[in-house]
Amino acid sequence: MARVLLRRAAATAHPQTPSLHHLFRQLSTAAAASAAPSKPKTFSIYRWDPNNPSQPTLKDYQIDLSDCGPMVLDALIKIKNEVDPTLTFRRSCREGICGSCAMNIDGANGLACLTKIQSGSSNTTVSPLPHMYVIKDLVVDMTNFYSQYKSIEPWLKRKSKIEGGKEVLQSKKDRLKLDGMYECILCACCSTSCPSYWWNPESYLGPAALLHAHRLRCNRGVQMMRFSPQVKQWIADSRDEYTKERLEAINDEFKLYRCHTILNCARACPKGLNPGQQIQKIKTLQITK
Amino acid sequence: MASRPKLSGLQKQVLGLYRGFLRAARSKGPEERQRIESIVSAEFHQNSKNIDRKNFLQIEYLLRRGKKQLDQLKSPDTVGLSSFTFSQQ
Repeated sequence: MARVLLRRAAATAHPQTPSLHHLFRQLSTAAAASAAPSKPKTFSIYRWDPNNPSQPTLKDYQIDLSDCGPMVLDALIKIKNEVDPTLTFRRSCREGICGSCAMNIDGANGLACLTKIQSGSSNTTVSPLPHMYVIKDLVVDMTNFYSQYKSIEPWLKRKSKIEGGKEVLQSKKDRLKLDGMYECILCACCSTSCPSYWWNPESYLGPAALLHAHRLRCNRGVQMMRFSPQVKQWIADSRDEYTKERLEAINDEFKLYRCHTILNCARACPKGLNPGQQIQKIKTLQITK
Repeated sequence: MASRPKLSGLQKQVLGLYRGFLRAARSKGPEERQRIESIVSAEFHQNSKNIDRKNFLQIEYLLRRGKKQLDQLKSPDTVGLSSFTFSQQ
């Protein structure tokens, strides 16, 4: 689109000099010429089809990197389009905001759309998120993960009516407290990289859910700031109640204290967050409450 | 009383799931109930014939899928169940 607009602009500015036009052509042909040498790359992809009762296998696909986008997701889409249409994986936004394409690439959890293809090594292994039930190929069953997220009640709970209007405002300073938490896209990379979560997936809430639990606690603290002193006092009280309830709800040997600060979660997070640190803050609050 | 064959844990889970479906069907209308029961029993019978009893991977997968479907069926918003068959050639 931009290219078309530029061409038009050039045409109207200098109708008799076709230099820009030519430059574009030369550039595009040069790009095509440099892309000529093929760069073969093998992807070993985990395959399992529920309709075909057999053991899961790693299947090799060779593609040409010179004719492919830079990210692992591009390669997967290329394989699905050109080599094997039965390959199944989740994807949506291809820019790291939906969290659909979380998978294990070369042994590290990450989003396929944000992970670059390693051109140096000969082989890249792609498998579904570890310790999750596989539905098909790279698609895993997220039911347990989502129900844990639901269990922390990830919404604003208020006992009082909001004064004048539908929105609950907050100051910039309070908003800043949410940095490092609101960015979470629930891709499950952190939870599935956590050894504690591997051993107790049912009872331990996992880094993602706990991060959100802490976020809501902060939200709670944030709400009351703009009210008049009396109201503030009153909401502050109710706020305290909520915080206590929430802290009480996760004050459990398994739900919270299975976190042993292994910090695989911080390493795995494709958004660069640190769930382990937030869990540590919850633990501090449990002591000081 | 005739002695029953001793069931494995997995077999008990499958039977429990089947029972769950029959109980969930009871909460729907009489016509729907009959339809649900026939679909569910056909599916269970077919799978019991087609799947090797040692194929735990497959059976566990179907159990998880069945549990999810049962949860959906249990909801009062769900009024019925339908299925379609396609010939595999």
